[in-house]
Amino acid sequence: MSDLHAAPAAADDVSWSQWKLIRVKFGSHKLALVSIWLLGAFYLVALFAQFLAPYGTWQPSPYAYAPPTHIHFFFHGKFVGPMVYRTRIESDPETFERHFVVDASRPARIHWFVRGASYRWLGFIPSSLHLFGVEQDAQLNLMGTDILGRDCFSRDLIATQISLTVGLIGVFITFVLGCLIGGASGYYGGVVDNVVQRFVEFVTCLPTVPMWMALGAAIPASWSNLKVYFTITVILALRSWTGLSRQVRSKLLEMREEDYIVAARVAGATDWEIILRHLLPGFASYLIVNLTVEIPRMILGETTLSFFGLGLRPPTVSWGVLLQDAQNLAAISTYPWLMFPACMVVVCVLAFNFLGDGLRDAADPYKE
Amino acid sequence: MTEQRNLLTVRDLSKSYRLGGGFFDAREGTVRAVDRVSFSVERGRTFGLVGESGSGKTTIGRMIVRVVEPDQGAILFAGAASQTIDLAALTARQMRPLRRRMQMIFQDPLSSLDPRMTVARIIGEPLRAVHGVAPGDLRDRVAEVTELVGLRREHLDRYPHAFSGGQRQRIGIARALVTGPELVVADEAVSALDVSVQAQVLNLMRDLQQKLGVTYLFIAHDLGVVRYLCDTVAVLYRGRIAEIAEKRDLYRTPRHPYTESLIAAVPPPEPEDGPAPQPREPAALDQAPDHEAPAAGCPYRARCPYRQEICAHQEPALRAIAPGHSVACHFDLQLKGI
Repeated sequence: MSDLHAAPAAADDVSWSQWKLIRVKFGSHKLALVSIWLLGAFYLVALFAQFLAPYGTWQPSPYAYAPPTHIHFFFHGKFVGPMVYRTRIESDPETFERHFVVDASRPARIHWFVRGASYRWLGFIPSSLHLFGVEQDAQLNLMGTDILGRDCFSRDLIATQISLTVGLIGVFITFVLGCLIGGASGYYGGVVDNVVQRFVEFVTCLPTVPMWMALGAAIPASWSNLKVYFTITVILALRSWTGLSRQVRSKLLEMREEDYIVAARVAGATDWEIILRHLLPGFASYLIVNLTVEIPRMILGETTLSFFGLGLRPPTVSWGVLLQDAQNLAAISTYPWLMFPACMVVVCVLAFNFLGDGLRDAADPYKE
Repeated sequence: MTEQRNLLTVRDLSKSYRLGGGFFDAREGTVRAVDRVSFSVERGRTFGLVGESGSGKTTIGRMIVRVVEPDQGAILFAGAASQTIDLAALTARQMRPLRRRMQMIFQDPLSSLDPRMTVARIIGEPLRAVHGVAPGDLRDRVAEVTELVGLRREHLDRYPHAFSGGQRQRIGIARALVTGPELVVADEAVSALDVSVQAQVLNLMRDLQQKLGVTYLFIAHDLGVVRYLCDTVAVLYRGRIAEIAEKRDLYRTPRHPYTESLIAAVPPPEPEDGPAPQPREPAALDQAPDHEAPAAGCPYRARCPYRQEICAHQEPALRAIAPGHSVACHFDLQLKGI
């Protein structure tokens, strides 16, 4: 039966467009498919982070460095749904070491759609609704708490907003700079090309991390978080446009000599028509691939800068800012949950790289 | 021969390219890709331009359709309204309305078709560039030309990658013919095809010429192909015309040693024409580096088996030795006797 269905499909591909060929080829790259779903989930989480998080980013509690809370479903052998036990803090009278004692007699149900810390969704819709939560006197810390007793899970979720969008905005700036500068270089050629390429070489030679650090250190401490955030994206983009501009230039030079461009000129098409009908569609797939590969670099860049304390600063939360808490060995060994943002960085960057890999393979369906 | 019998007359066409060009490239000088080439193409017939790679034949073809700017010379195109236009003197904007009257067929049938466009859009592109063609008319005209070149209507919604080499070249021919041009420059139109497919495409081109009265400028490196299709043939060597003659004269009695060696390299397709004249083996190959502009003398002398003292000093001019037969050699008639 499957053979019968396969035959007409194969005959069909004569009328497949480039995008259909790309989709089919991309579909055969399993890792890339998984990655695209994973990234979709990441961005959904970023979009609804405040709603998904049971607490706000700035809700201190006496429960400093509490380990992750266990969730239970049974109470005295009976199924009662998800719940946690209340804990209390006890000090060891000899060592003054603090212990979290689970009080198994005082369960607290986890409720759905509860009112909690107020926030502004997307920055302007006021709300205080959270997907789940527990009563005020209980603690629900899926990823433990930090030094001020703030819920790490909530902070990790909300940090995705900054960390994932810093890549997108940075890549957009990269895209504009790379296309304009590389396009001018490839289109005009000659002296312009020569000057631009030498400049690109100069920028490429600048050591990345010291340059970031110098620029990051130059950001005045009095600036608002929003301002700092945009400055960071610009700093990241200032370094990364060079690669894209070279790609654009070489692709333009290559395509300019293609016979079908000459054919279009013989046909009488104007430069503008050639750019719109032939060059841009030919370019699009390459640009998308390049941008996909560029996003994780931006994310890593932001994480690095913030980790060194030169990027975003608290109270803004990003993965890099959160990882500042995990800078010393004692913290990592005693409170390993502080390292969780690093896992998210790794998963996210890997997913982007796999996605870029799959797109690269699929981008040019005519080359085998 | 009046101007009007000739659709196209090329006079003293030249094109040079600068050597080097890199920032630190110290090489000086220029390469004369095309050097004072003149010829005429009769309306409704096929003119062949033959030469090895680097002989300037493609550059000539591209200058005529004005994709490459000529340095000097005139390209006289006889319009249907009995006035002659010098294409070389036109600006790009003035050239646009004339584009529909001259089109081009390319060597590589795949790279000359945009892989992202359907066949209908590819073939329709020259019409769309003309402007003022209604979408319905465009669709009809495209379908008409598609059937003319032996493709079917249902091919129109497919993409170039779905076709064989021969079919792709038919698409290229359909694109060249869609505006109803008077002149078609076929640049190595069959060189990239299998031999069996070459014959089909050549037959198609010949049939279309009979049906539509189109004039071909046929550029090739293969004398066998040229023999099949062309009426008049010009042999190019390093940007200069070595010999120009009616096809029969050229193949029967080549007067230039270079033509002779080219013909000898082709197996005779029609044995009744007798074996090709066998040239003398090159005496000694003190071949000058390719593309280096010769200081003086005959450009072919380094490879010529018949070369004499005079060849090193004096460049032979192209001169008529019979009606319609010109050759650029000091010894055309006495060739065999030397």
